[in-house]
Amino acid sequence: MFAGFDFDVIERSLPFLFKEGMTFTLTLTAMAMTGGIVFGTLLAMMRLSSYRFLNVPAATYVNLMRSVPLVLVIFWFYFLVPWIGGWLIGAKEPIRVGAFWSSVITFTMFEAAYYAEIMRAGIQSVPRGQAWAGYALGLNYWQTMGYVVLPQAFRNMLPVLLTQTIILFQDTSLVYVLGITDFLGAAARIAQRDGRLVEMYLFVAVVYFIISFTLSWLVKRLQLRIAIVS
Amino acid sequence: MKYNWNWQIFWAPAPDGTGIYLWWLVSGLGWTLATALLAWVIALALGATIGTLRTTPLTWVVRLGNAYVELFRNIPLLVQLFLWYFVLPELLPKALGDAMKQMIPPWASFWPAVLCLGFYTSARVAEQVRAGIQSLPRGQGMAGTALGLTLPQTYRHVLLPQAFRIILPPLTSEFMNIIKNSAVALTIGLVELTARARSMQEFTFQVFEAFTAATLIYILITLIVVFGMRRVEKRVQVPGLISAGGAPMAGH
Repeated sequence: MFAGFDFDVIERSLPFLFKEGMTFTLTLTAMAMTGGIVFGTLLAMMRLSSYRFLNVPAATYVNLMRSVPLVLVIFWFYFLVPWIGGWLIGAKEPIRVGAFWSSVITFTMFEAAYYAEIMRAGIQSVPRGQAWAGYALGLNYWQTMGYVVLPQAFRNMLPVLLTQTIILFQDTSLVYVLGITDFLGAAARIAQRDGRLVEMYLFVAVVYFIISFTLSWLVKRLQLRIAIVS
Repeated sequence: MKYNWNWQIFWAPAPDGTGIYLWWLVSGLGWTLATALLAWVIALALGATIGTLRTTPLTWVVRLGNAYVELFRNIPLLVQLFLWYFVLPELLPKALGDAMKQMIPPWASFWPAVLCLGFYTSARVAEQVRAGIQSLPRGQGMAGTALGLTLPQTYRHVLLPQAFRIILPPLTSEFMNIIKNSAVALTIGLVELTARARSMQEFTFQVFEAFTAATLIYILITLIVVFGMRRVEKRVQVPGLISAGGAPMAGH
């Protein structure tokens, strides 16, 4: 079965695959994770607010993002961001947004909806008395959130947040639909140029598997370590 | 900077002579639903079986089940789709591989998409089923044994009916996921809803109308599934049994 295999094509393309492709994938993952968690936490706080003008838009946004396929969201932002950008700076034409920034914005905004649901559960997992104690000490809303509630919420939700990030890492492969050279895109290019689809795609699958599997194993160990024994 | 809105575009004739653009979206929706439903059958059957096996006392079966779940969970869906579409026909015996490659257009991308989504989701369903069974008190299984039921009977009459009721909400979101994930199949040329919206945008340049329509259709599907499943949950509910909300899970 593996007789006609050309493992050499993988070796030859390693620098391209990792220097160009994997660097893009990891940078995108890291930036979207950071942005997504920040936005997601804000969305969660909005959703838990008792003001309707805060919780209704947040809930609408989260539910909207969660009912639409990521591929469609990628297309949406790819076409929408230049118009919004042009409108923001008052330009006459839609501005040009590079593929990289377009995908960073897309994944940040998309994953924010998923991180928001996790953070909402996290904030709700902190006993009410904690927030009341904060207010009783004279802290305001932001101080109570920043010093009392959110640190505990993050700790409780850390494993789920990290698992979501592993999913984000796998999801970034979908930038393929924009023809971007991420890890999969780089492999697809070589595969089509050299007619070596089998070798390249199997290699990509193995690399993704090793990375994701190792990370999920680490998350599992972390979960055992930080679990609060009751 | 001005965008020319033209909501009439859905009634304009499509270039391939099959009618109007609206019809394009409807036929795309048809393919989305066909792919998702068929894949869901595979996912549910395989997932329920593997998930159940993972809770049995048979060590090596449990290990195999765990390996299955890890395999399908740790490779991106798009990569798995490429494996089914590009790689599998090359690794199969030549006659079978050639037959796969020579299928007529919609089926050549439809079947790999169905299999890919089915197996991918089956691993996630298996995880839910396992969690559901293990969330039951241990006494339930023991009570079954004490009544003289065999292990399969205990599963059939005691454990599974309770477990499936508990995991209905996460199964609903897995079903939503399979519908949304079917959009990935546009990369291998399946003209489902998102692909239709995309090609409509390419032909008419009315990008925001096309995407808005597709988005509204997806929201409509979500609403129908959510309300439908809520009714199912009500109907199968056993009075006195808690309906667990479930722990927050990462996922899509």
